[in-house]
Amino acid sequence: MMKITAYADQISAAPGETINFMVNCDAPKFKADVVKLICGDENPDGPGFKEQFVRTPVTGSYKGRKQVIHAGSFVQIDATDSPQIDGSFTFQAFIWPTTPEKGQQGIISNWSDRHQTGASLLITPENDGIGLKIGAGKGKVQLFKTGKRLLPNEWYFVAASFDSNSKTITLVQEPLHTHMRANDSGTRRHKCKFSKIPAHTEPLIFGAQFKRPDKGRTACVDHFNGKIDSPRIASRALNRAEMQALKVVPIDAEIMHDVLGAWDFSVDIMGTTATDISPNRQHGRIINLPARGMTGWNWTGEEMCWRHAPEQYGAIHFHDDDVYDAGWQVDFSLTVPHTLRSGLYAARLRCGKTREEEDYVPFVVLPPRGKTTAKICYLLPMGSYMAYANENMVNDAQIGQLLGGRLVEHNRYDEYRGIHREYGSSCYDTHSDGSGVCYSSRLRPILNMRPKYRSWLGAEGSSLWQFNADTHITDWLEAMNYDYDVITDEELHRQGVAAIEQYKVVLTGSHPEYHSKEMYDAMDAYQQRGGRLMYLGANGWYWRIAYHKELPGVMEVRRAEGGIRAWEARTGEYYHSFTGEYGGLWRRNGRAPQKIVGVGFTAQGFDISSYYVQQPDSRKREVRWIMAGIDKNEHIGDLGLIGGGAAGLELDRVDPLQGTPPATYLLAQSENHTDIYLVVCEELLINYPGLGGHENELVRADLVFYPTPNGGGVFSTSSIAWPGSLSHNNYKNNVSRMTKNVLNRFASGKPLLD
Amino acid sequence: MAEKRSQAIRWSFHDERDLIEEFKRSPIGHHSPGLQRLLNHMRGSPMANKYCVFETKPNREWQLAKTSGVRGKPSKLIGKRFTRRVDAEWYVFRQRWKAMTGETLPIR
Repeated sequence: MMKITAYADQISAAPGETINFMVNCDAPKFKADVVKLICGDENPDGPGFKEQFVRTPVTGSYKGRKQVIHAGSFVQIDATDSPQIDGSFTFQAFIWPTTPEKGQQGIISNWSDRHQTGASLLITPENDGIGLKIGAGKGKVQLFKTGKRLLPNEWYFVAASFDSNSKTITLVQEPLHTHMRANDSGTRRHKCKFSKIPAHTEPLIFGAQFKRPDKGRTACVDHFNGKIDSPRIASRALNRAEMQALKVVPIDAEIMHDVLGAWDFSVDIMGTTATDISPNRQHGRIINLPARGMTGWNWTGEEMCWRHAPEQYGAIHFHDDDVYDAGWQVDFSLTVPHTLRSGLYAARLRCGKTREEEDYVPFVVLPPRGKTTAKICYLLPMGSYMAYANENMVNDAQIGQLLGGRLVEHNRYDEYRGIHREYGSSCYDTHSDGSGVCYSSRLRPILNMRPKYRSWLGAEGSSLWQFNADTHITDWLEAMNYDYDVITDEELHRQGVAAIEQYKVVLTGSHPEYHSKEMYDAMDAYQQRGGRLMYLGANGWYWRIAYHKELPGVMEVRRAEGGIRAWEARTGEYYHSFTGEYGGLWRRNGRAPQKIVGVGFTAQGFDISSYYVQQPDSRKREVRWIMAGIDKNEHIGDLGLIGGGAAGLELDRVDPLQGTPPATYLLAQSENHTDIYLVVCEELLINYPGLGGHENELVRADLVFYPTPNGGGVFSTSSIAWPGSLSHNNYKNNVSRMTKNVLNRFASGKPLLD
Repeated sequence: MAEKRSQAIRWSFHDERDLIEEFKRSPIGHHSPGLQRLLNHMRGSPMANKYCVFETKPNREWQLAKTSGVRGKPSKLIGKRFTRRVDAEWYVFRQRWKAMTGETLPIR
C-alpha cells in the first residue's frame, strides 16, 4: 500500500515561477528531490528507467504527515450567511436519489454534530423514506420518517415542516410519477418532544451533513447521491398549498415574506455559487464540483441545451465521491531556477526504500515566458492525462480482460486507488451511484500519471499508457540529442496559437485525445500559418472538453451521442456546464479528427501490436525523403516495447468523407491485427458480423503525410504504439529512422515537397 | 447471463483438445474463432472473485490475485507467482477450465 502520495498546484511553470507541492506521508519524514524525467519505462528489454538529478533548493528532508481527502460534493452556506432557524420552519426540495439504499443521506441539513442540535431533511437509513432529524441537544435527538421506500432514479417532491407551537412534524414524500405497486408516496405527521431548537453556528449544507472543519476545508458525512433541485427554507410550517407555491419561480410575494432562502441552481450554471433568489441573498458555495447543467424535475425533453431553457436545468447531481481540490497543506515549493532548461521534470519523494515508499509528482518547466529556446516543441497532452486521471477501470471494469485479451495487471498505485476512492476517479469511470464522471481535476494526487507506472491498457511488453508511454518520446529526443521545449496544452488553451507559433515543429504525445475549442483552433491556425505537426499517436482530437472559467486545473467532458464511451451522458445532459458548448466527439461537433490530422479513430485493441506495409505513395519523388534509409520492402515497425509492434492499441485511418485532405500521401498501412481489435462504434450505423482485426479492413493504421498552406505539413503515425518502437535496437530501426527523417526536415524549415 | 454464455460456447468448437493446445502454444495474440469464443466466455465474468495479476517485480514477476468486485475493498493476493505472463495465463486457463468442466488439465 502506498505510504506516500502527493500533488502540485501547477502542472507547468516558467523560470521564476513557483510550484507548490502537497504531500501525504505515513512516515515521520520524507526526502524530496527534483529530477528530470527522461524515460519512465523500467522494462529491461528497453532503454531502461532514466532520470537525472537536478540540484535545487528543494533537495532535503521534510516532516511527514498524513493528509486526507474529504470527497463528496455539497453546497455550503456559512453560518454568517445562512438563515437562522430557531423556531418553526419548513425545508423542501425536489430530489432524484440514485442510491436510496446506501444509508442516511442529507438533503437540506442545518445540523451541529458537536451539540446535536438543529434539523436535517434526509433519506433515512435502510431507505425508510424521507425523514427529518431534529435535535435540541445530546440525548434529545429524534428522527421521524415517512416509512415509504424511495425508488432510485425517480423524482420526488419532499418536505419537512416543524411547528414549534404544536410540536408537530409534517413529512411529505410525493413522487412526480406514479408507478403501480411502488408504495412510495406518503404524508406523515409526528409529535416532537420539544418545541425549540437551540441555535448553532455550523453551516447550512445541501447534499450532505456538516461534521467539522478540517484545515480550511469542510468535512461532511451522509453524502447524498443524486439530484437536488429547488431547495427552499421557510420560517414557519407551510401548508401544502404554500409548499406548492414555493416550488416554482417567481415565488408568490405572500409566501416570500416567510422565505428564509430559495436557491435556484439554474442561475449561473457556469459558476461556483448556489444563488439564493430570495431577498436574503444567502448564496452558497458549491464544493467538490457536483455535476451542473443537469435536467431538473421539470425537464420536458423538448430542449437539449441548458442555455436555451435554464429553468428546466435547475438540478445539481451530487456524488459521495466527487473531488475537486484536495486542499492539502503545502509541504515545500520550487521556484523554477532560471538555469533550468524547459523539459519534463518531477519532484521525487521517498520515505523508505520500497516502491510503496516512493512517489513522483511530474511537472513541466516551460521556456521563459514569451520566448522559445528550441525549434522543436513537445506538446504534453495534460487534458488527456486528466481524462484518465486515477482511472479505476483496472479495478471495476468487467470487460477489462476482454479488451486486453489477457489477465488485467494491477500494481501498488492501482490497489491504492481502488481502496481510496476519495482520491476521485477518472472520466472513464462511473461514480459510486453509476453516473458518469464528467469532471476531472489535477488538484489531487494522480496515481497513474507517474513514471514507472504500468497500465493494463498498454499491451504486452512494457504495458505503458498516456503519461508514462509518452516518456518513450522524451527518451528518444534525448537519445538523438535534439533540443526541445516542452509546454502543456493548458498553455495552448490559454494563449492560443501564440503558445506554439514560434516553433518550427510541434510533436504530440502518443494519445492526444482531448481538446478544448481553444486548443483545436490554435492548432488549426498553426498549421494554416505554415506550422509543422508530427502526430506521434492515435485517437487524437477525439473528445471535446471544456475548462472552467473560474476554477483552475479541472476539465469537463460529456460522453454524449456517439463514440467509444466508458459511460453515456443522460439525454439532455450533453452540453458542458463549464461553457454551454455541445459536448461529445469533435466529429459530432463538425470537426472530425481527419480535418486536423488527416486521420481519425477507426479501431482499438489492447493485446499485441503489429507492423505497417509501405504503400505506393511512399515512393513518390516529392516525399521519398520520408523513407530515406528504409528499404521499400521492409515492414515498418515489426518491433517495439508496446505489444511488439509500432501499429497498436488505438488506430486511426484516412477517410475523405470525414475530412482527410485531398493532398494526403498514404505512406504505409498496418495489417495483421488480432481479433481483439474491433472497429469503433461510431463507424457502425448498423452492426454486422466480422468486426475484428482478422476480417475487417477498417481495423488498420494509416501512416500519412500532407502539406498545409505556407510551407506547413502534418505527419500522422495513426498508432498509439508508435513511440514504443523508437528505441528498439539502440534506436536503430525504421520507426526511429522515419521519425528522425521527418523531424529533421520539419525543423529545418526547408520545403516539405521535393 | 451464465445461461446465455454457455449457449455461446456450445456452438463455438468441435474439438476441445485442439483449442486447449492452441491456447497453450500461444495464450496472448492471434486466436482461432473457436478459441476466441471460449476465452470471451472465460474472461467476461463479473469482477467479484475474478483472476488478475499483481506486479511484484516490474516487468519480471507477477502474483496471482482476485479482485473483490466491491469498491473500496482490496484485491486478494493468492500465493502463486510467475516470472512470465504467459505462465500466469495458462495457470488461470486451467483453473477456469476445471470450473467449467470439472476436468484438471495437466500443467505441461
